[in-house]
Amino acid sequence: FFQYCLSGHPTLPCNVLKFKSTTIMLDCGLDMTSTLNFLPMPLVQSPRLSKLPGWVLKDGSTFLDKELKECSGHVLVDSVPEFCLPETELLDLSTVDVILISNYHCMMALPYITEYTGFTGTVYATEPTVQIGRLLMEELVNSIERVPKAQSASMWKNKEVQRLLPAPLKDAVEVSMWRKCYTMPEVNAALSKIQLVGYSQKIELFGAVQVTPLSSGYALGSSNWIIQSHYEKVSYVSGSSLLTTHPQPMDQASLKNSDVLILTGLTQIPTANPDGMVGEFCSNLAMTVRNGGNVLVPCYPSGVIYDLLECLYQYIDSAGLSNVPFYFISPVANSSLEFSQIFAEWLCHNKQTKVYLPEPPFPHAELIQTNKLKHYPSIHGDFSNDFKQPCVVFTGHPSLRFGDVVHFMELWGKSSLNTVIFTEPDFSYLDALAPYQPLAMKCVYCPIDTRLNFIQVSKLLKEVQPLHVVCPEQYTQPPPTQSHRTDLMIDCQPPPMSYRRAEVLTLPYKRRYEKIEIMPELADSLVPLEIKPGISLATVSAVLHTKDNKHVLQLPPKPPQPPTSKKRKRVSEDVPECKSLKPLLSGSIPVDQFVQTLEKHGFSDVKVEDTAKGHIVLLQEAETLIQIEEDSTHIICDNDEPLRVKLRDLVLKFLQKF
Amino acid sequence: MSRECALLLPRVCAALADPRQPGSDDTCLEKLLDWFRTLSEFDPSVKLVQDNPCLTEFITSVLVLPEPSPSTLSFTLRLAGILAASESRFQHLQQEKLLVRLFGGDGPLSSAVWEDASVRSGWVEGVHSMMHHQPALHFLCNGGGIDVIFGLQGDPSLFVASAAGRLLVHMLILSMESEPTKPLSEKDCDWPACAQMIIKCIEDSLQSSSASHVEQSLKLLTSLFGSCHSTWTEVLWLGIEKEIESFLTEKTVQVQHALANLLLNMAWSPVFCDSEGSFWALVTSALEHLTPVQAGPLAVGLLRLYKCPQDVRIQALTVLLQPMDCILRAASQPLEYAGLLDESVSDPATVESLLSSKSSCAGLLCQNLAHLEELLSLIHLPVDVPYASLLRSLTTILQFCNGFLSPTSPLGSTISRILINSSKVQRSALDVVAALLERMSCDTFMETLFDVLLAYLESPNTSPTVLKKTFQATSKWLLHLNDVFCSNGERQQTEKILEDVFLVLQKRLCSPCWEVRDSSLEFLTVLIKCLRDQEEFRQSLLSSEVPRLVENLLEDPESYVRASAVTAVGHLAFITYFAPELLAVGNQFNKETVIKLQEMLSTDPEGFPRRAVISIFTKWLRQGCTGQLEDTEQFVSRVIQAVEHDLDWEVRLGALELVEVFCSQTICQLGVPKCLYAPVSSAVTSPAHQNKSLQVFCRAKVFSFLFRSLCDCDKPVGQRACDMLLVLRGNFCPSSTLKESQEAGDSPAGPGIAWLQRTVRQGSLAQNIPSDGGNRVDFEDPESMLLALGTVELEKLRDELNKCSDHVEKSPQSLLQDILATAGTIEDNEADCY
Repeated sequence: FFQYCLSGHPTLPCNVLKFKSTTIMLDCGLDMTSTLNFLPMPLVQSPRLSKLPGWVLKDGSTFLDKELKECSGHVLVDSVPEFCLPETELLDLSTVDVILISNYHCMMALPYITEYTGFTGTVYATEPTVQIGRLLMEELVNSIERVPKAQSASMWKNKEVQRLLPAPLKDAVEVSMWRKCYTMPEVNAALSKIQLVGYSQKIELFGAVQVTPLSSGYALGSSNWIIQSHYEKVSYVSGSSLLTTHPQPMDQASLKNSDVLILTGLTQIPTANPDGMVGEFCSNLAMTVRNGGNVLVPCYPSGVIYDLLECLYQYIDSAGLSNVPFYFISPVANSSLEFSQIFAEWLCHNKQTKVYLPEPPFPHAELIQTNKLKHYPSIHGDFSNDFKQPCVVFTGHPSLRFGDVVHFMELWGKSSLNTVIFTEPDFSYLDALAPYQPLAMKCVYCPIDTRLNFIQVSKLLKEVQPLHVVCPEQYTQPPPTQSHRTDLMIDCQPPPMSYRRAEVLTLPYKRRYEKIEIMPELADSLVPLEIKPGISLATVSAVLHTKDNKHVLQLPPKPPQPPTSKKRKRVSEDVPECKSLKPLLSGSIPVDQFVQTLEKHGFSDVKVEDTAKGHIVLLQEAETLIQIEEDSTHIICDNDEPLRVKLRDLVLKFLQKF
Repeated sequence: MSRECALLLPRVCAALADPRQPGSDDTCLEKLLDWFRTLSEFDPSVKLVQDNPCLTEFITSVLVLPEPSPSTLSFTLRLAGILAASESRFQHLQQEKLLVRLFGGDGPLSSAVWEDASVRSGWVEGVHSMMHHQPALHFLCNGGGIDVIFGLQGDPSLFVASAAGRLLVHMLILSMESEPTKPLSEKDCDWPACAQMIIKCIEDSLQSSSASHVEQSLKLLTSLFGSCHSTWTEVLWLGIEKEIESFLTEKTVQVQHALANLLLNMAWSPVFCDSEGSFWALVTSALEHLTPVQAGPLAVGLLRLYKCPQDVRIQALTVLLQPMDCILRAASQPLEYAGLLDESVSDPATVESLLSSKSSCAGLLCQNLAHLEELLSLIHLPVDVPYASLLRSLTTILQFCNGFLSPTSPLGSTISRILINSSKVQRSALDVVAALLERMSCDTFMETLFDVLLAYLESPNTSPTVLKKTFQATSKWLLHLNDVFCSNGERQQTEKILEDVFLVLQKRLCSPCWEVRDSSLEFLTVLIKCLRDQEEFRQSLLSSEVPRLVENLLEDPESYVRASAVTAVGHLAFITYFAPELLAVGNQFNKETVIKLQEMLSTDPEGFPRRAVISIFTKWLRQGCTGQLEDTEQFVSRVIQAVEHDLDWEVRLGALELVEVFCSQTICQLGVPKCLYAPVSSAVTSPAHQNKSLQVFCRAKVFSFLFRSLCDCDKPVGQRACDMLLVLRGNFCPSSTLKESQEAGDSPAGPGIAWLQRTVRQGSLAQNIPSDGGNRVDFEDPESMLLALGTVELEKLRDELNKCSDHVEKSPQSLLQDILATAGTIEDNEADCY
C-alpha cells in the first residue's frame, strides 16, 4: 500500500492511495493562502491602491515596479490572484480511478484535476458537499471574473528574480505551479463527474475494494471514508468535529478495527475553544454596534456562518441589538441560506425533528422573515438602497483579496469606530490585512474552527484503536510559534507516521489474506478429516479462476478419457492434465513404537538419539539414518531403494492420510 | 407522662407489636423514641416501667414473635436500651429476663434477622443507650458483648461500623471512670476489667497484619483521644506507641491516612500537646514520612493549633509549601530563584514524582492549595509565610494552566502539559491568590501577577467559573493599586491599568453567557464599593463605556443579571447621581434610571431583581440620598404601594426594612431619641411631635402596610412587622396611657379598631380589609392609628408568631394518636373484608 502526498496543507489535503489494485485520490483541497501575496481586487477603482508605489530593488533596479507594489512595508503582486495546486508531477493523475471528497472545502481543486490531467474516473461525494461546493466555486469564479485585470505578472516568478524578493514572496513554494482561477464551464464539467452517495452507503470499486462515507460532524454532508477489502481496512478521517453544531454527529464506531487511520483536517487553532470564540465574537460585535460602529465579518457563504447566525438569533434581543440590520452579501447568499434548510437528513437530530413540526431547521429563516437579516447577491442594486448604518455585514472572501469584502474594507477602514472580525481560520489575519495598512478600523481575531483538537483526537484514537496512524508532519510536533506546548501534537502508540508534500509513503501494512469462493459442486466433493478436536482438514484440488478481482475455486476438469475415436479434441478439454495426487499426511510418529516395529521387521541394531528438534533412529548395520522431526521425516540410506521404500512404508503406517 | 398519653400508650404498644401491621413510619418511631428518651432522663426511677406495664409486655410480645419485622425489632432494642439507661429500670428489666433475651448471645444476635443492618444498628444503639452504669457494663462484658462490638467495627453498613466504634470508646471511658482503681502508671497498669478487655482487643488488632483491623483500632483511638482528655489516655498511649510508630517507618500496612488523623486529634488533646514526652517527635517523624497528600491535613491542622511547638509548626508549613516550591523550581532557570524553601521535610523526589504524574498532579495541587487557603484564612498566623515567593509560585501555576509559560526544565514541561486548561487548579490557585492579596503588602512582583490576571480576564478560553474567581482576585489586587503606583506618583500607570480593566469589563458585560455578565457586574459593584473615593478610579470608570452598558443590562433577559445590574447601578449612583461635587454642576446621571428601578420594583416578573431594587433603595435611604430624588415620604409611599402585594416574601420583608429605616430617620430628625430602640424621653413624646411623625407615617401608608403584614402568610414578615409596631407603640404610646387606650372602646374609631383587633387575632387581615361598611379602619388617620397601637394585643401576637408552626402537631399525644390512626385504617379495612 502506498500513499502519495500531493498537498502540504494539513487542512486542505490531497493524497492518493494505492490500495490493492485501485488508485484512490482522497480529497483535492486548494491552498488559497497564495492569494495573500497579491493585491486586492476592488470592484470600484481604489485611488489608494492604484497609487501604491512600485517596488524597487536594493540596487535601484525598477524592472519589477509594474508587477510588485509596496504597501506599508509589504510587497504584493499586482496581478490576478493565483492558487497553489496540489502536486501534479508525483504520479500520473490520469491513472486515478476514483476521487473521494470529504467536505466542500476539500474539493476546491477538483476542476484542475478532472479537466487538466486526463482523469477519466469517478468522483464520489455527498449531495450537500456537491451543492455547497458548487456555491463556493461559483462565488470564487464570480468574484475574480467580475474584476478583469489586464495585467498578468510572471517575471517575479523567475527563480533568479524570486531570490531577490523580500519575504514572504521569497519563500513562496513552487510559484511556477501557481495557477489562475478556473472558469465556470470547467467547474460544471468537473461537477458532472461526481456521483452522489449517502452516509454508510457501500460502493464497490472493481470488486476489489469497498468504500463507505461516514458522517464526520464537521459540515453539512461532510464525510470520513472507510476503504476496505475483506482483510484490510483503511480509515480516512478528514475534517471531523465532535461538537454539537448543525451537522449530523460524527460516526466514530465504524472507524474501529482499522489497520491504518489517515488523520487530516484537525483544528487550525488548537488553543482557541470555539465556544469562547463565539462569545468573543458576540461581545465585540455588540460593543462596536453600541458605540455606533459597523461590523464586517469576512466569511465563506456556508458553514460557520449558519452557527453564527443562530447564536446571533439568540443574542441580539438580549443585547438590545434588535434594530441593527444584518446583511449577508454574496452571489450565492440566497442559495446558501435556502440549501441549508432543505438538507434535513444531513442535520443533527434537533434540527431534523424541527422539520416534522414543520419548522425551518435553522432560525435564520425567522431572521429573514422579520427583516433582521437581509441578503443580497452583491453591493449593487437593492443593497445600496437598503443600506443603513450602523450594521453588520457578512461577506467574502476571507482572504480580503477579492469579493465584496474589499469594498467594505476600503469604505470602513478609516474609522476606529468600525470593527472587522475574522472568524475563518484559513488565513492569517495579519497577512490578510497587509494591503489595507495603515488601518484605523479595529481588528478582532475570533477564529472559529470546530474540527477536532488534540485532546479529542487522543480520545478518538483510544476509542477506535487503529493499528497505525498516518498524519501530516505538522501534527507530530508542537506548533512552531508555541514550541513548549507539547500537548498540541498527536500522542499515540505506536507513534504516528508523518508525511509532507511530494512524499511517497509505504503504509505500514502487508497483505496477508485473500478471500476465495468455492463453487458448491467442489465443496460437495470435499471430505474433511478431523485432525484435532474441532479442526478438520480436506485437500482441495481445483482450478483458481480470477475475474474482476474476485477469486473462485472451480472443479478441476475430469482426467482425460482415453480417446475412443480419432475425433479432434474439443476445446474444453484443452486444459493441462492433472497428475494423480499424492495423499497428504498428518500425525506424529511415536518413537518407541516405531522402534518396536522396526525390530519386528528384522532390524536388530536400532539405536535412538535425541536431538534438539526430535530424534534420530540409527540402523547401524544398514548404515541408514531416519531423522524424525516435528514437521519432517527423512530416511537417509545409500542407494538402497528397496530398503528406503520398506522403511517409508513403516513410517507411513503411523500417519494419517487424506 | 400526661394522663391522656398514659391511656393511649397500651393501645399504641399493642398496635406496634401486632405482626399484621405493615410497620409504622420510621419518623414516627424515631419521634416516639425521642419522647421516651426525654421521659427517661426526666425521671430515672423505675416508675416509668411500673406505671406502664404495657412497655415490658410489648418487649415480651415482640420477643415471642416467630418472625419479627426488622424495623420492629430494631425499635424494641433501642427502646429497651433507653429504658435500661437507669440502674433501677435496668434491674427491673433484668428480673424480667428481657435484657438477656434482647442483647445476649441467644437473642437476635444469633437469629436470621441479624443479617438486617437495621437490627444490628438497633442492637448497638440499644447497648449505647443503656451504657450509663456499671451493671450494664458488666452485663455486656460478661456476656461476650465486647467481641461482638469489635466485630461490628468492620460491618458492611457504615452506620453500624461507626456506631460500634463510638460505643467502644464510650464503654472504655465509662469503665475507666466508674470502676475505681488505683492511679495508673506505665509500669503498673491495673486496668478495670472491662477496660482491660477493650484495651487487649485494641492491642491485638494493632499487631494484626490486616490493614482494616489496624485502621479500625486507629479510628477508635482517634475518637477516644478526641473526646477524652483524662490522664489515663497517656498511659494507654505509652503501651501502644511503639506499635504505632512502626506503621510510619515500616509501611507494611497501609494505614497512613488514619495515622495522620490520630496524630492530629492527639495534638489537640491537652494530655499530649503539653507532654514532655516523645509525642512531638512522632509528629515530626510523621510529617517526614507521610506523603504530601497524607501529611497535608495533618500539617494544616497543626498550624491551627495554638499550643504547637514552633519547630513543628515550621515543619508543617514546610510540608504545605513543598509542592509550591517544586513548581517554582520547575518553572525557573536554575539559580534564577532560590525557591520557597531552604530545605525540605521529606524527600523532594516524592513531590516531584507526584507532580509529574497525570493522575496525581492536579489532585495534589488542589488539596495543597485548599490547605493554603485555609491557613491564610486564619486571623492569627502563627508562622511567617513567605508571601512573595508563594505569590510567585501561584502566578507560575496560573501561567502553566493557560500555557503562557515555556519552562526549560523537563519537570516543568511535564507539569505544564498536565496543567494546561485545568480549571480545577485554576480556581483553587485564584482562591489562594485572593486570600494572599488580602494579607500582603505591596510587592514588585505584583505587576507580573496583574499581567497574568488580565490575560485570564481577556482570554476567551477562560471558563465562566474561573473568570469569576479571576474577578475576585483582581478586585483584591486593585485594592493595592494605591500602594503599587500612586505612592510613586505614577498616576499614568494607574490610569493605564484601570483602562485595561474597564476595556475587558466592557467586553465581558456584552458576553452571550449570562454567568459572565453576572460576575462582571458583581466585580464592578465590588470595585465601586471599595474604590469609589479614589479620583482616578472614578474618572476612568465614568469615561469608559461601562456605566452605559450596565444600564442596558437592567433589561437583560436573565433575572440574575438584572438583579446584579440593579445592585451595580445602585452603587454607581453614589458616584454619579448622589456625588456632592456632581450635584453642583447638575445631574449627569440619567434620571430615567431611577424611574426604571421603580418600574422594575412593580413590574419585573422575577423576584431577584425586585429584591435587589428594594435593597438598593434601602441603602440609598440609609445614606440619606433619596431626598435628592424626590420627597422621601413620597418615595417610601410609592415603594409601599409597589410591594405590598408582591408575591415574593423577601421583597415584602425588604420593604419592611426600608420602612424601619424611614421611621427611624423620621423620628430622629425631630430630636432625641436617636434611634428607634433608644428609650423614649418625655421631650419627644409631646403631642405636637407625635402628631407630626404620626401624620408622616399615616400619609406614607406605613400603618396600613404594617398591619397588613401582621397577617402575612409568611411568618418572618409578620414577626418583623409586629416588632416594628411594638417599637412604634413604645414611641407613641407611653405605658401610662396604654391601659387607658385599651379601655377606650367608645371613641368614633372604636368599632373599626375592635374589628382590627379581631381580624389580627384570626390572622386574615390581608384578605379581609373591607372597602366600605361600618367596620372600616382609616389607616391614614393618626388618631385611629394611635388608638390601634394601644389596643391591638401586639405582645400576645408576637408570642403566637414566635411559636413554632408545628407546635400543636409536635405534642406526644398527637404522635400517639397518629400511630393509632395508621393502625386504625388497617382495622377498618379488615372490617370491610367481611
